[in-house]
Amino acid sequence: MDLNFSEAEQTFQAEVRDFLSAALPREISERIGRGEEPTREDMERWHAILNERGWLAGTWPTEFGGQGWGPIELHIFEEECARANAPRIVPFGTKMLGPVLQKFGTPEQQAEYLPRILDGCDWWCQGYSEPGAGSDLASLKTKAERDGDHYVVNGQKTWTTLGQFANRIFCLVRTKFEGKPQEGISFLLIDLDTPGIEMRPIRLIEGGYEVNEVFFTDVRVSVSNLVGEENTGWTIAKYLLGHERTNIAGTGFSVQALEQVKALAKQVKRRGKPLIQNPLFAARLASVEAELEAVKITNLRMLSKAAAGGQLGAEPSMLKIKGTEIRQELNDLARRALGPAAAPFPSEDLDNLAIAPRGAAHNAGGYFNNRKISIYGGSNEIQRNILAKGMMRG
Amino acid sequence: MNFEMSDDRRMLADSLARYLADACPVEKRAEVAYQAPWHSETAWAGLAELGAFYALVSEDAGGMGGSGFDIAVVFEALGRALCPEPVLGTLLGLRLLAAASKDVESVLAGQRIAVAVGELDAPYDLDGIETRAEGGLLTGRKSVVYGGAGAERLLIAAQSDGKLALFDVAAKDAQVSGYGMIDGGPAAEVFLDATPGEMVLEDARAALEDALDAGALALCAEALGAMGVVQEMLVDYLKTRKQFGQPIGAFQALQHRAIDLGIEIEQARSIVILAAAAEGGPEFGKRVAQAKFLFGKIARQVSEEAIQMHGGIGITWEYPLAHFAKRLVMIDHQLGDTDWHLERLIAELVEA
Repeated sequence: MDLNFSEAEQTFQAEVRDFLSAALPREISERIGRGEEPTREDMERWHAILNERGWLAGTWPTEFGGQGWGPIELHIFEEECARANAPRIVPFGTKMLGPVLQKFGTPEQQAEYLPRILDGCDWWCQGYSEPGAGSDLASLKTKAERDGDHYVVNGQKTWTTLGQFANRIFCLVRTKFEGKPQEGISFLLIDLDTPGIEMRPIRLIEGGYEVNEVFFTDVRVSVSNLVGEENTGWTIAKYLLGHERTNIAGTGFSVQALEQVKALAKQVKRRGKPLIQNPLFAARLASVEAELEAVKITNLRMLSKAAAGGQLGAEPSMLKIKGTEIRQELNDLARRALGPAAAPFPSEDLDNLAIAPRGAAHNAGGYFNNRKISIYGGSNEIQRNILAKGMMRG
Repeated sequence: MNFEMSDDRRMLADSLARYLADACPVEKRAEVAYQAPWHSETAWAGLAELGAFYALVSEDAGGMGGSGFDIAVVFEALGRALCPEPVLGTLLGLRLLAAASKDVESVLAGQRIAVAVGELDAPYDLDGIETRAEGGLLTGRKSVVYGGAGAERLLIAAQSDGKLALFDVAAKDAQVSGYGMIDGGPAAEVFLDATPGEMVLEDARAALEDALDAGALALCAEALGAMGVVQEMLVDYLKTRKQFGQPIGAFQALQHRAIDLGIEIEQARSIVILAAAAEGGPEFGKRVAQAKFLFGKIARQVSEEAIQMHGGIGITWEYPLAHFAKRLVMIDHQLGDTDWHLERLIAELVEA
């Protein structure tokens, strides 16, 4: 038993740290460190910096412009990025579509789209969920009917994250209406400039805007934009959902959030003392820290197994459940620590009043917004179903 | 033993519910509660006209109620309607004015009053108040004063001659920076710089403790009303939302979780009844602390679980559940959170 990274992995870790301290713009990391959301410009700027170093999509094979990182390198990279308060890499092109095209795409599709993901020409978004197809994704109804060299797409997608910044969308569409629903789904790439597409914002609980509804009315899409065979979209979707799930726990985010809560609890006061000295609050903090330390090791155990070529099966679902629960608990503490100062609706006008410590004004909003993490990407209920299925089969 | 509501209170509950359904419809709430003045002046005037505020203060003081159950009935109705009207300030104000034997007529008629106690470094703590009064002039800062935006009159807790005193201040004499809250409704920062105030209570500590306990009881009742609606929305959703070819409520995993919420909401109702019954007696503070402690836990559980079982729709601005959930969670940030009240209970245990 050895809980340390290998020498080569430690060297890589040091390399990542050096890179981050030199290349990550401070004015971005300071804002992220205060708990603010990255702007579009922040994300694009950071993507470009990473791409120059060849690390925007480090897990891609070298022939596609990646580094061929395994799960442990990816883990080290993501943990270090989170620790350094780097903006999150937008996953839709790099982590989702890229690996799909590499496995299922034609050489033409790979040549056309992969470089454009890396150099920032394309910002992809995801068209999976529909109003009637959430957890039961296979019941999706958006249809693509063949008309010569084109599909004609009609229907509605929802929860399309950052669709407002995107120029392309990858969609699951129905191409067959009889038989098992999973067997009539195809994976289609669509240019958002195509006539017949309308994107409408969905405002979220805390007032922010990051997800959208996308409406398709007689949208003509070239058959050359089909990925894989017709009616094999479900296999592709499952591959995509299963890809890189070893990093699903988001422990880097939790470590970052824990540090923010600790700092906050030293700043704010209750009964004349810093909140961190309050035994009830300290107990909450210590409890979640113990949970976090455990899930970090659970994560490493799975990574180690995957790196040794082992099959992970349903295990990453545990990481999703535990990882999101811990992050949400930390969001709860960040809100709770503020007491009444969490109550004002954040606005620039209020910054001058300094009701909450700097950067903490969004803590309640962040708590409400992050209820999403146990819902999206396969809700925690679906993750439990996956685990239960594995257990009963096993 | 009789757990039935009296006829008078039932009538009050019914007429308030009818009025609020009309004056504060939840579909219109987002337009009202999240932009200045963060409430509806028409609805406020209507509440005054209805005589709702009379239920918040005793007959001796000029009202027609003021008992724990009167307060609970009014605030449960406000909670069911998710009403952003700043009635909490009126309750606290009436109770303090009554304790000071001051006239309450103008407040009963709808004058907007807010009670400013908490400060940045002393959000819940009477001992930590640093605002001072000297020669009738007040200096200090009060933070997150509920109903502070738009209030004409402020009751301010301040140190004076070694005692915690209460002052009546005209809002126009102070610097009041108003804003809306994340769950809607008005609040403000109040800056006092040699601001004139009339002392209404020289030693206000006991009156403040009592008023804040009445306020905490009101918030629990408000949360109880909101929880009831959330539970109805959840059950309705479980019955109608279909996935995998059946209503999601057919899944036992969700049934059990919804039932757990139902059990907790019954507990919540019971502790409100206990606290309301203790009003005016020696155990009021303890019962309120027990109630607010339990509500901090239960309201969070109800909000989070209702959202989770709804899925994405539960965190959209357009769907009323999100606003109920926000209110339920943020009530824990008002007048002492769950840990604050647990500490009160621990202190009492240790002393005994």
